[in-house]
Amino acid sequence: MANLVSHPDVVPLLSMRFGKGASALDRYLELEGYQSARKALEMGPEWIISEMKASGLRGRGGAGFPTGMKWSFVPKQSEKPKYVLVNGDESEPGTCKDRLIFEHDPHSVIEGTIIAGLAISAKMGFIYLRGEYRYLLKIIERAIEDAYAKGFLGKNIFGSGRDFDIVSHTGAGAYEVGEESALMESLEGKRGIPRIRPPFPAVVGLYGGPTVINNAETIATVPHVLRIGSAEYAKLGSERNGGTRLFCLSGHVQRPGVYELPMGYNLKKMIYEVAGGIPGGKQLKAVVPGGSSTPVLLPSEIDIGMDFDQVAKAGSMLGSGGVVVLDESVCMVEFALRTIKFYQHESCGWCIPCREGTDWLKKTLTRFHSGGGVNKDIDNIKYLAENMLGKTFCPLGDAAAMPTIAFIKKFRKEFEDHLDGKPCPYAHTAESVLV
Amino acid sequence: MADVTFTVDGKQITAPTGTLLIDACRKVGIEIPAFCYYPGLSLQAACRMCLVRIEKIPKLQTACTTPVAEGMIVATETDEIKQARKAMLELVLGNHPLDCPVCDAGGECELQDMTFKYGAAESFHTEMKQHREEQQWSPVVYFDRPRCILCYRCVRVCGEGMDVWALGVQNRGVTSIIAPNKEDHLECEECGACIDICPVGALTSGAYRYKTRPWEMNHVATICTHCGDGCKTTLGLRSVDDGVEIIRGDNRDKSGINGDFLCIKGRYSFDFANHKDRLTKPLVRRPDGNLAPATWEEALDYAGKRLAEVRDTRGGASIGVIGSNRTTNEENYLLQKFARKVLGTNNIDHHRTADYTSFARALAGHQDRAASLRDAGTAPAILLIGNDPTQQHPMLAWNLRTNVRLNRARLYVANHAEIKLLRQARASLAIPQDGYAGLIGYLAGDDSALAGTESSAAFREVIRKEENLLILFGSEYRGRDIDALVNFGLGLPNAKFACLSDYNNSRGAADMGLMPDLLPGYQPVASPAQFADEYGNLPQTGGLDLIAMFDAASRGELGALYVVGSNPVSRYNIAPGALKDTFLVVQDMFLTETAVLADVVLPAANLYEKTGTVTNTYGDLQLVKKAADKAGVRSDFELIVRLADRMGANPKELVSYGIGMRADLGQSRGVQSGESDRHAVWLAANHLEPKLSPFDPFAILDEIQRLVPDYQVDRLALLAGNDERTVPPLVHIDNASSKTRSDGVLPAQDTLFTSGTLGRYSSILDEVMESRETKSAGAAATTSLDVST
Repeated sequence: MANLVSHPDVVPLLSMRFGKGASALDRYLELEGYQSARKALEMGPEWIISEMKASGLRGRGGAGFPTGMKWSFVPKQSEKPKYVLVNGDESEPGTCKDRLIFEHDPHSVIEGTIIAGLAISAKMGFIYLRGEYRYLLKIIERAIEDAYAKGFLGKNIFGSGRDFDIVSHTGAGAYEVGEESALMESLEGKRGIPRIRPPFPAVVGLYGGPTVINNAETIATVPHVLRIGSAEYAKLGSERNGGTRLFCLSGHVQRPGVYELPMGYNLKKMIYEVAGGIPGGKQLKAVVPGGSSTPVLLPSEIDIGMDFDQVAKAGSMLGSGGVVVLDESVCMVEFALRTIKFYQHESCGWCIPCREGTDWLKKTLTRFHSGGGVNKDIDNIKYLAENMLGKTFCPLGDAAAMPTIAFIKKFRKEFEDHLDGKPCPYAHTAESVLV
Repeated sequence: MADVTFTVDGKQITAPTGTLLIDACRKVGIEIPAFCYYPGLSLQAACRMCLVRIEKIPKLQTACTTPVAEGMIVATETDEIKQARKAMLELVLGNHPLDCPVCDAGGECELQDMTFKYGAAESFHTEMKQHREEQQWSPVVYFDRPRCILCYRCVRVCGEGMDVWALGVQNRGVTSIIAPNKEDHLECEECGACIDICPVGALTSGAYRYKTRPWEMNHVATICTHCGDGCKTTLGLRSVDDGVEIIRGDNRDKSGINGDFLCIKGRYSFDFANHKDRLTKPLVRRPDGNLAPATWEEALDYAGKRLAEVRDTRGGASIGVIGSNRTTNEENYLLQKFARKVLGTNNIDHHRTADYTSFARALAGHQDRAASLRDAGTAPAILLIGNDPTQQHPMLAWNLRTNVRLNRARLYVANHAEIKLLRQARASLAIPQDGYAGLIGYLAGDDSALAGTESSAAFREVIRKEENLLILFGSEYRGRDIDALVNFGLGLPNAKFACLSDYNNSRGAADMGLMPDLLPGYQPVASPAQFADEYGNLPQTGGLDLIAMFDAASRGELGALYVVGSNPVSRYNIAPGALKDTFLVVQDMFLTETAVLADVVLPAANLYEKTGTVTNTYGDLQLVKKAADKAGVRSDFELIVRLADRMGANPKELVSYGIGMRADLGQSRGVQSGESDRHAVWLAANHLEPKLSPFDPFAILDEIQRLVPDYQVDRLALLAGNDERTVPPLVHIDNASSKTRSDGVLPAQDTLFTSGTLGRYSSILDEVMESRETKSAGAAATTSLDVST
């Protein structure tokens, strides 16, 4: 279990109970736990949704879709049961926030799930945990058990006359099931491949019922929004990007770790002040701002606020908040290869461009990095990635294509340095950079 | 549903709401390429070939998953889209082996066609392709993994279409692979649909692989010779030393009544035609008691002389004729005409597998209530009583499944056995094996009629509420039970009926009067009317049925028996001694249990080697086209005419040939370009078809259509290869005589892998059955060790 880090700029909202033993229900209750759920029960679905809309909370999984709006899409009447689904399949390289939530504050996820369930009138929620996080399962199961024992889950929750159940489930180790529809397939016991959309999960989701599916961090944030009030929460962040989020700082920084910072916090400041800058007095070479699927930023591009809109304006994405910092010793070809290896390994194989494209990218980059590349390969790599982009069934193909295109565009020179059998000019390996 | 109007490539298109863009475009001739999209199967959007640009949507969209919308503006062939498709092909071809020169699919491969169109000709990878060894999954299915492009059509047609679910996907990413769900082999119905639906050569057929190139074959679409459904099968043909050989069967043009479907028999069991035991020379029993080869002259002379002798000395009533349920309508009609006119006997019958006489009687006056095979695919509700279509009528089973799956048709099943179609049933009723008669009473409202069954009134109630119900029943119903069932159904609004029989032309044999008491069109022999005018003198008392003929033979009262394409000795367990005093002439392909007793055996052509028409069990009339040829054999039609000739009859009185002139045929120069076909159609349209040969079945079809009102279908549509509805006859079989008549029905009890006597000569059916036995023996051995079950 990782040690907790801190910095004066940290705004401990979501992380307020980290390291305080809040996985125990009593402790959680002492720390203002389950108050928001009670309040939500009292105020009703419309109030919950309007609070969520007003909070400006946007999905923490990567796409940044406004949470309140997502919940409002669920039809009020439904023949089939409605569900709340917590996406804890955190697998994006560079991202390690959800696991802290599950470890230190599992009840916030349970409470958020109950509130989401109340908002859409669902009677059942699922917490889907990444296969590799199986070791966290007993913490979550224990928390669910305790909540049942206290009457917070099950029949007549909080004595309200309403019922709500939560079931936890782990994946079998597939990045792809982090995609919401693939997650539902997996949860239903099928191959983890994405579904055709529309229909969207809000209308036809798990087991064919209307489903709200949110990232674990988003769900864990929900009780805090209701606790401090939507206006207060929104004020914490930047324009159209309410609140705080957990940023995962990794790579070549003095103090790597997960920091809760306001939305819109300056990236440069994040690296040089919060994380203590680059170790060994080395120069910064590149920053991956939001998990390995987001296009790389040059040092000249990092003086930006870390919210969905500002990062997009800089040509990348805020993604899952996984900031990977690379110093001058990193071989960008090797880093590109390491990145594509992941996506090649994780492609579900459903559609042609992702299945074949990631594999050829990996093969070509492998040869290229080992010195077997020719000039045309650089264009071929770009051509392959460009022809995947926007044409795959689900975002996984884009996740592989976008960073690859950026690597070539911004570091073409480094690719050219590998040509014609020349040995890799960098001794350092990128393997250690990505989590 | 309301229509919407939208624009594709500048063209205004109107289509019903909910239509998929890809279908709407295809309807108006705008082809959007696709590997994974297949009409009627679930959507995949996996191949990304159908990407199009829709205005106001940032990304390219898949036309196969996009429903059309009002005002939508679509572009399908811009540079951007061409590039996207080219890129998809480049990606697929990256791992595709490019062994087109030896691939079975070469020349009829969708990947080749698309590559040709989008020009993905450059190869820029230097790394090795993914490779896996080829696998054999069953006697008919081989899988060549590297060629597979993972379109999942096979998985879907097997699961969704066949309800077999033998195929799945293993692994993920670039190692994804189609694989059997049972270890290393298929446990399936061996229909071969996965092979036909494969857009490339990844799935190939054990019966065809590496035999030829597609363009070296001629293709003839004809009707399958096996079960009573009458699927169209397209035979791939090649000339060989002794004729024309069938190398392949499929349903490539999907123009038949069967659409996408063919079962193992339609696709592969044409191989009996080349069985080593096929007779190609006439056999005559020599004084030493042995059958020995003879010339055609000798055999026909001898048979004709002896038949004439028996007729002239002992009278026609001492001769019996047994026809076939796999010969054409023209042959059947000709055979009964020969029996009645030349032999002077009504002792004529065939192996009946359903009681069509009672069905015709029950339906008389309700012509609109007879169902086509097509109705099973469209009826909103179906009641299936008895039979097991999955085994006995695979095409019907496909239609029922598809109808349930795509149209949410309501299927109701009443059966004594756990038939597979129960899986699609909305409601079902398990009845005792002898409960079929009682079921009618139960349906009519009498709970005590199904004694001993836990019948709830609910099943009856839902059925009685149905309008447009299709009632299908098997040979469990005969005689008065059929009247009762039809009577019940006639009380439901617009209910339709079909009576299920077992062989390709079982219906045609009954329709064409291979019956001791009925002329063609179920006209009683006692009142021959138009037949008397046409034939002259006819025996007007009912003859012996099949069983009675053998009884008569064993009493020494049957002087001669003429068996055409039938094996009654085996099917009816006739003691071989029964025929010792009977002169026996048999026409067949093989030396069957019946033929081996014969005095003269005439080697006959099979259905794939002749022209004519057949009627399926629902009364759909279809054209049979000559596809194959075998030196040494002759069609049953020709043999009947030649026998009549040898007996001194005037062939012109049997077959009205000699009409028209050779000049009417026109020039034959255009044969290669199909001109002669068009000329033939023109001649038919103008009633100018010359009938030059006494062996021309169309001369008899003219006569059938003139004398049998049920068969007055559109000749041109028939010639074009369509299925045409015959109507149920206007029969008035009087009740007194029909009470005493025997239905004579002997259900064939065929499975998917058997087909009467004929099936025994199909090596592919043998192989499949053998492999299934081995596999199930192996499975039995391993289950005892398998603790997980």
